[in-house]
Amino acid sequence: MAIALKLTVNGKAVARDVEPRRLLVDFIREDLRLTGTHVGCDTAQCGACTIHVDGKAVKCCNMLAAQANGSDIVTIEGIAKADGTLHPMQEAFRDNHGLQCGFCTPGMVMSAIDLARNRKDLDDETIRAELDGNMCRCTGYHNIVKAVKAGALAMQG
Amino acid sequence: MYQFNYLKPTSLSEAAAILAGNSDAKLLAGGQTLIASMKFRLASPSDLIDLNAIPDLKGIKVDGGTITIGAMTRHAEVANSAAIAKAIPALSLLAGCIGDRMVRNMGTLGGSVANNDPAADYPAAVVGLNATVNTNKRKIAADAFFTGMYETALAPDELIVSISFPIPKRAGYMKFRNQASRYAIVGVMVSDGADGVRVAVTGAGPSVFRVPAMETALRSNFSAAALANIKVPADDLNSDMHASAEYRAHLVSVMAKRAVGVALG
Repeated sequence: MAIALKLTVNGKAVARDVEPRRLLVDFIREDLRLTGTHVGCDTAQCGACTIHVDGKAVKCCNMLAAQANGSDIVTIEGIAKADGTLHPMQEAFRDNHGLQCGFCTPGMVMSAIDLARNRKDLDDETIRAELDGNMCRCTGYHNIVKAVKAGALAMQG
Repeated sequence: MYQFNYLKPTSLSEAAAILAGNSDAKLLAGGQTLIASMKFRLASPSDLIDLNAIPDLKGIKVDGGTITIGAMTRHAEVANSAAIAKAIPALSLLAGCIGDRMVRNMGTLGGSVANNDPAADYPAAVVGLNATVNTNKRKIAADAFFTGMYETALAPDELIVSISFPIPKRAGYMKFRNQASRYAIVGVMVSDGADGVRVAVTGAGPSVFRVPAMETALRSNFSAAALANIKVPADDLNSDMHASAEYRAHLVSVMAKRAVGVALG
């Protein structure tokens, strides 16, 4: 029995019928063709699929689309301004070269925005601890930590 | 994942009625374990009963010497609750070290406790703080709730409504975590309250257990030094690629001492 899904994605109303077993990440990537949200491990460990559901960072590979019915979703495609101006956290990742291959970056950025909104005391150690749900297999994290710190400051400013 | 029907009741009685009428149905709380299990086809419920729209399962209440937390309260809500941080800081710390931030935004107290994963953190809090599990049918004491690996005293048609934690004089939790999964290789909750001293261990055995020898020692001298010579036998402990039973036994003593240190502030 299909579920009539109604939700908001990056500010736009979306209505689709989905199977109960449709994962939220597959709904976003395949039904909505928003492929910036990545599937890395597919077991809720790597964080590449991190999005915001009702303002909270979650791993959407470990969630049913049905669970998000009625919610407000923001993906990596939804954080820059309409004129293309990057979100301060995206800009900080670029400025600090907080990526190499870029696969983990959408999840890192979405996770970092959530972190910056909820914690004001972000030193290096806290950032490293709080990013433990996002894995990067290239950079060794040093520049990611710098980027999150700079992005968090810019978001406050 | 296999197909299933998805149901989203809006009241406790409605959820209980669906559950009672269908032995192959499963409750969906935060889904951080269940969805992953279903993806691996390790679980194949006929129906998923999403508990997210039931107001009775939410909220944090402080009432005299007890703090009662709704079953659908997310780990992040417990970790960030000012009321819990004031009443039982050890419980805030425990909730704040479950999984990672994104998992904590979804995972729930009731889901974790009902699943009784041998390496989950919350069972140590429930037993270590002598909590009471309130279900739609009765109240279950912590010591009677966890009955074995992934097994609890819950009947097939019973669901957790909330959990009541008596506020202890002092308590501490310390966890040696698996770096990849963030589950406890060993986690120890130590508390000193109206019901005496409790030491509860998760991660080390098939299910959470108490260490009476440590409780006795701490009752006469609540300090890490009192635990110096108390060893836990490795016989019935878990052994896997992450840690041998002997190593886990060693970690129980180390984590217990550190947890006492945390309790003493």
